[in-house]
Amino acid sequence: MADLSPDGRMGKPPVLAPGHTPATVTDHISAIVLRQTPRWWWVAFGISFLVMQLLLVGIAYLVFEGVGIWGVNNPVGWGFAIINFVWWIGIGHAGTLISAILLLLRQEWRTSINRFAEAMTLFAVACAGVFPLIHVGRPWLAYWLLPYPNTMGLWPNFRSPLIWDVFAVSTYATVSALFWYVGLIPDLATLRDRSRRRWKKIVYGFASMGWRGHAAHWHNYEVAYLLLAGLATPLVVSVHTVVSFDFAVGQIAGWHATIFPPYFVAGAVFAGFAMVLTLAIPLREAFGLKDFITLRHIQNMAKIMLTTGLIVGYGYLVEIFLAFYSGNQYEEFMILNRIQGPYKIHWWALLLCNVLAPQLIWVRRVRNSPWLVFLVAMFVNVGMWLERFVIVVTSLSRDFLPSSWGTYSGTRWDWAIYVGTIGLFLSLLFLFVRFLPMISIFEMRTILPEAKDVHKKTGKAQG
Amino acid sequence: MTIHDHPDSPAGRDPAATGARKNLDLGKVRERLAGRSGKLFWRSLEEVAETPAFTEMIHREFPQLASEWSDDPDGVSRRRFLQLMSASVALGGLTACTRQPLEKIVPWVEQPEQIVPGLPLYYATAMELDGYAAPLLAESHMGRPTKIEGNPDHPASGGATDLFAQASVLDLYDPDRHQTVTELGRIRTWGALAARVSEQLAARESSGGLGLRVLTGPVTSPTVLRLIRTVLDEQGPRARWHQYSPLRSSAAVRAVRAVYGGDYVARFDLSKADRIVALDADLLTLGPAAVRYARQFAQRRRARAEGSDLNRLYAFETTPTSTGSIADHREAMSTAELSHLTAELAEAVRGGSASDPRVRAVAADLSAHRGRSLVVAGDQTPEAVQLLAHAINEELGNVGQTVLLGQADEGELVAGAESIAELVSDIDAGTVDMILILDGNPVFDAPADLELAAALQKIPQCIYLGSHDNETAQYCHWNLPLAHYLESWGDGLTLDGTATLTQPLIEPLYGGRTAAEVLSLFTAAGGRGGDTLLKETWRVRLDGDFETAWRRCLHDGLVAGTGRPVAAPVFDAESVARALEQIRSAPTADLELSFRPDPTILDGRFANNGWLQECPKPFTKLTWDNALLVSPARAEALGLDHEQLVELTVDGRALEVPVWIHPGQAEGTVTLHLGYGRTRAGRVGTGTGFAASRLRTTRHEWSAPVELRPTAGRYALASTQLHGNIETDRFQGDNLEGRTAEARHLIREATLEQFERQPDFPHHGGHGLDESLTLMPGYDYSDGHAWGMSVDLGSCTSCNACVIACQSENNIPVVGKDEVAKGREMHWIRIDRYYQGDLEDPDVHHQPVMCMHCEQAPCEVVCPVAATVHSDEGLNDMVYNRCVGTRYCANNCPYKVRRFNFFKYSDTETESLKMQRNPDVTVRTRGVMEKCSYCVQRISKARIEARKEDRRVLDGEVQTACQQACPTEAIVFGDLNDLESRVAKRKAEPHDYGILTELGTRPRTSYLAKVTNPNPGWPGTSGGTTEKGHHG
Repeated sequence: MADLSPDGRMGKPPVLAPGHTPATVTDHISAIVLRQTPRWWWVAFGISFLVMQLLLVGIAYLVFEGVGIWGVNNPVGWGFAIINFVWWIGIGHAGTLISAILLLLRQEWRTSINRFAEAMTLFAVACAGVFPLIHVGRPWLAYWLLPYPNTMGLWPNFRSPLIWDVFAVSTYATVSALFWYVGLIPDLATLRDRSRRRWKKIVYGFASMGWRGHAAHWHNYEVAYLLLAGLATPLVVSVHTVVSFDFAVGQIAGWHATIFPPYFVAGAVFAGFAMVLTLAIPLREAFGLKDFITLRHIQNMAKIMLTTGLIVGYGYLVEIFLAFYSGNQYEEFMILNRIQGPYKIHWWALLLCNVLAPQLIWVRRVRNSPWLVFLVAMFVNVGMWLERFVIVVTSLSRDFLPSSWGTYSGTRWDWAIYVGTIGLFLSLLFLFVRFLPMISIFEMRTILPEAKDVHKKTGKAQG
Repeated sequence: MTIHDHPDSPAGRDPAATGARKNLDLGKVRERLAGRSGKLFWRSLEEVAETPAFTEMIHREFPQLASEWSDDPDGVSRRRFLQLMSASVALGGLTACTRQPLEKIVPWVEQPEQIVPGLPLYYATAMELDGYAAPLLAESHMGRPTKIEGNPDHPASGGATDLFAQASVLDLYDPDRHQTVTELGRIRTWGALAARVSEQLAARESSGGLGLRVLTGPVTSPTVLRLIRTVLDEQGPRARWHQYSPLRSSAAVRAVRAVYGGDYVARFDLSKADRIVALDADLLTLGPAAVRYARQFAQRRRARAEGSDLNRLYAFETTPTSTGSIADHREAMSTAELSHLTAELAEAVRGGSASDPRVRAVAADLSAHRGRSLVVAGDQTPEAVQLLAHAINEELGNVGQTVLLGQADEGELVAGAESIAELVSDIDAGTVDMILILDGNPVFDAPADLELAAALQKIPQCIYLGSHDNETAQYCHWNLPLAHYLESWGDGLTLDGTATLTQPLIEPLYGGRTAAEVLSLFTAAGGRGGDTLLKETWRVRLDGDFETAWRRCLHDGLVAGTGRPVAAPVFDAESVARALEQIRSAPTADLELSFRPDPTILDGRFANNGWLQECPKPFTKLTWDNALLVSPARAEALGLDHEQLVELTVDGRALEVPVWIHPGQAEGTVTLHLGYGRTRAGRVGTGTGFAASRLRTTRHEWSAPVELRPTAGRYALASTQLHGNIETDRFQGDNLEGRTAEARHLIREATLEQFERQPDFPHHGGHGLDESLTLMPGYDYSDGHAWGMSVDLGSCTSCNACVIACQSENNIPVVGKDEVAKGREMHWIRIDRYYQGDLEDPDVHHQPVMCMHCEQAPCEVVCPVAATVHSDEGLNDMVYNRCVGTRYCANNCPYKVRRFNFFKYSDTETESLKMQRNPDVTVRTRGVMEKCSYCVQRISKARIEARKEDRRVLDGEVQTACQQACPTEAIVFGDLNDLESRVAKRKAEPHDYGILTELGTRPRTSYLAKVTNPNPGWPGTSGGTTEKGHHG
């Protein structure tokens, strides 16, 4: 098996384990979906589903009582809801980056992870999307943020970053869903063809939209996929840029910074890759997919995590530097308050998680050990949540007038809803791995050695 | 008993108004009813008769009912009458709006005089507080009193009020009030009480009279006094009158008797006082004349570019007071130190020497201002200190100039617990047959060693007239509902002796009666209505045609020409030597506990008032609780922490209280405020705080030697400033808040000398932002109004009147202690407190902060639904029904003035509270942001009036609620486009500045920098400037 890495250096693990043919790839991946449901799946899904009930109960109680059940208060008007929103949206970014940008950059190793990375994006956006809706005081009126024609001639305030958010996130959700679904169509057809049961054939048949593997289909598919990739690419940058505007446009010290857009985008990719690793490492173990998601993937993703982590660390450094360089006393105070104020533990923990922990990736032995990488990724998951906590809470809790300073901590309902969204995410993920091919079958076939030998197009046509 | 005339309707403020009496043709009925009791029903009828629909109904229905009643003399029929009446009144209430007319629809062509739906009426009235009258103007919407203002025509108010008057309207609608007459818990009628009383009085007539005791608070009401005298005269020698007030001091009475040989009342003229020394005296916020003093004082605190005539205030005090906080020199000291300082001062002003350089400085300053200075000792100070204060004023020739003495009226002065102690010993001697307690709550607040609760149980008949089923009520046989002052006819004096009248705005909600009405049941003449009693008093005192004169008096709220003549009693110079000896021989305690009236709930009488409970107390910003105030040094020495419980022991009586470390507290003194620890206050006040009254004894009226023992327990307190941030200060250094405020130039301050050298001192040092730098185009207000506000930091005493006025005007909900602890209080105006300098004796700055109405408002940009928008008059408007509650605006507001309804805080369920609401202001629901609107409803009203008359809104026509209540006129509001307006002139002052203007917000509310007038000769200052002068 040849080393397919672009730089051609020896000693790197392969993208696909040796010995696979198109048939084994198809068999292996489709079997996961088509075989009998394993017992452990029921347990895992059941637990996730129960955890998701926390979200439903939390939302029900929230609508019944009001946002007062959360820890938000007068100086700190935003809390877990916004932190979680940004955290989830950030996580979603890796999926889009993998599927769109790496596609355009012809990074072939992306093929075995893009499907579930995209799924992760969708589910993360779903979790994120819960929060803007429920965090408002009167959720039943949240639709007023949409620009719809009404008899009063009222429009939303287009100057408000929250309105930009509405557009950014809804666009992102739409494009991500389309991209994911279009990418699924050939594989859905495979499943339709391989299903034994009639109802499965019908369902997959509907979903595959009459795919027959015709050359015209492939042509249309390629064009559509490329267009969507092109559309999704700017979204990788734009969505988190707009999310960062929620803070950067505000004038609170700790929010009002021009570095926020790039710093947020890097943070999002950082968090996203950490989450992909968090999911990929156990999944390849559980489903025996080590042939397809190899050490090479893990190493590459870890490296991207390290790189973006360094950018994020640089962001922290610039924030500190600019606070003092600007001579603005509010900025200076904000930094000092982060370092030694009431939330210093969060700040130092965030440095540990986001700056120190990823440095382990420099060590080859760590990179070669999936479970150590997994550990680092977990640190990053926590660290990125803490980063949003520090941005939202420490900045607000001590702003301009010392008389109005306050403190904030999440209540049990804050935690219930947060943990509940993790339940929602995992529930969706387990449904996904059970009913859809988590690795793109047809694309995997294109990276087989024989596909390299002949023309790529013919490799695909062998379906 | 006779049926009295039905009361006059209150005289309106509209001078064109004529009598609003309804012509009830009740002559026949009155005949039939003669000799029966049934007063209550008639009062109800009068209520009904206010509208034509009711009048008609009564004409139709009443005679049958009355005849049925008179035909059958026994009680069953009276009950039947009650049933029928209540049913018809209830149905009348229902049909008033929706009733089907019998024949044809007649529009409401003739509406009740004066009433225009939607427009309020104002009536002059007065509230009694600790005996004295507070002259007020009550706003009435369609018969509902909703808001209290000061009576601008009255010399004691000038239009301002204190926070208690502002909050009193909520007490009227308190659902926990006594709702009916009860005897041992069973419902009775007033008639039954009257019968019982006359029976008892008659039974004892032969045996030398009834051992009747009347227990009241201080009384200045001529009517109440007249009735008490009548009752005592009629009952003979066994009847006696006792008085008690937890707020009064026996030392104050004794000191005056010692120096002047009689009972005199001293009042001050602060407008004439160039130099004032306050010896533990909070004269600007506590006491019957505080509102007037505050105004007079503040008028001498206005530093202006064209020249200023500033007074100078020295404050020596045990615990920080509002008065001390705006003093030019403030020193914390224990009572013993204060006594010695006073003694030295007394000797120094007489030419003697003083070892204390501070005393030398003060004495020199006072001596240079003979006749134009003033020394005031607080009522709570020892007798010797108060005595010496009088002596110093005599020595300086201030008496007759800044100190005006007048003969005290009978009943006006209460010498602490002297009188109630006599009562208890009489009870123990068995000479008391019946006690009539008129208002007050002596079981809760009388000295603990009197064991009043046990004593009351020995009396065969206890009758209590009170507003609530409180601690005293539970030991009394008869409980009578007390009418609120807004339901009462009455009179009273202000401290200067001006007779001030109380007229009702509403019929008693729960059938309550006034003290005078209850007293009249004990007279031979029998029970009469409040208006009759009041007229009986004044008919003989007014000259000319009574009805005309009376109308005038009611309209004005005062009887013109009354007032206490200035007396010139002979000063007993020998008393000074005795006082000095007393001070020298006084024992000193290592730690003294000092009792003080609470700054928001006073002695506990306002404990069930949610507004006052939630009002952040000056300095500590505590709500819903009191705490033991301990100086930082003492706390460190004892290892005490905030909220730690300690056990206090005074004379073997113990009490556990939480600690609040209080900068500026004297090291040798700990302070505990009265009024908390109520066990039967009502659903709001029960269980709040800790009962200082349980440690108070007849020996230790205002301070006591105390033992303090730390315990391991903790008790969470809810403060609106520095929410639980105390611990973090440990590693960020002391007073982080104050230091940060200083660095951010929030409070700008200079001495008078610095100000005169550089009047625009607040603008030096690179504050502010060049407004031409903004990219955003400004708004054009040139052909309309541009509303703005100016707040004078030099005269804010943090008295909180504005906070409660705003709450009352704007229907601001009460959120409760837990929510306050989370930082969710809803006040639209808050008074920020910053400490500066030394932790043990810091300078304190008060800064009222309300919405700044920024020209470039950060909140407006970020609201996604445009629920907060800029008006064409420069207001930052909040559109409640458009708000979805993202809270982005609150986050982005640098002044943090926005308040969010995290829950449904407004109580829309309690029926009685609905009536209190200002109908011009939306009651906000859950999930909506709110904030100061500059009282936009008042602006709109004035604008409409002005447009009808085709003119501009005049300066002073719109007063915001906070401005109107402010005793010191620190807040001024008006049109910035009108260059002659007060606010425009203030903003043109060189020391006008805005806060956080470097953010480019361009706030409409600006501040006048604080200008103090320290003594250049004060020890520790050099070259005539102080260290603290700050100009960034």
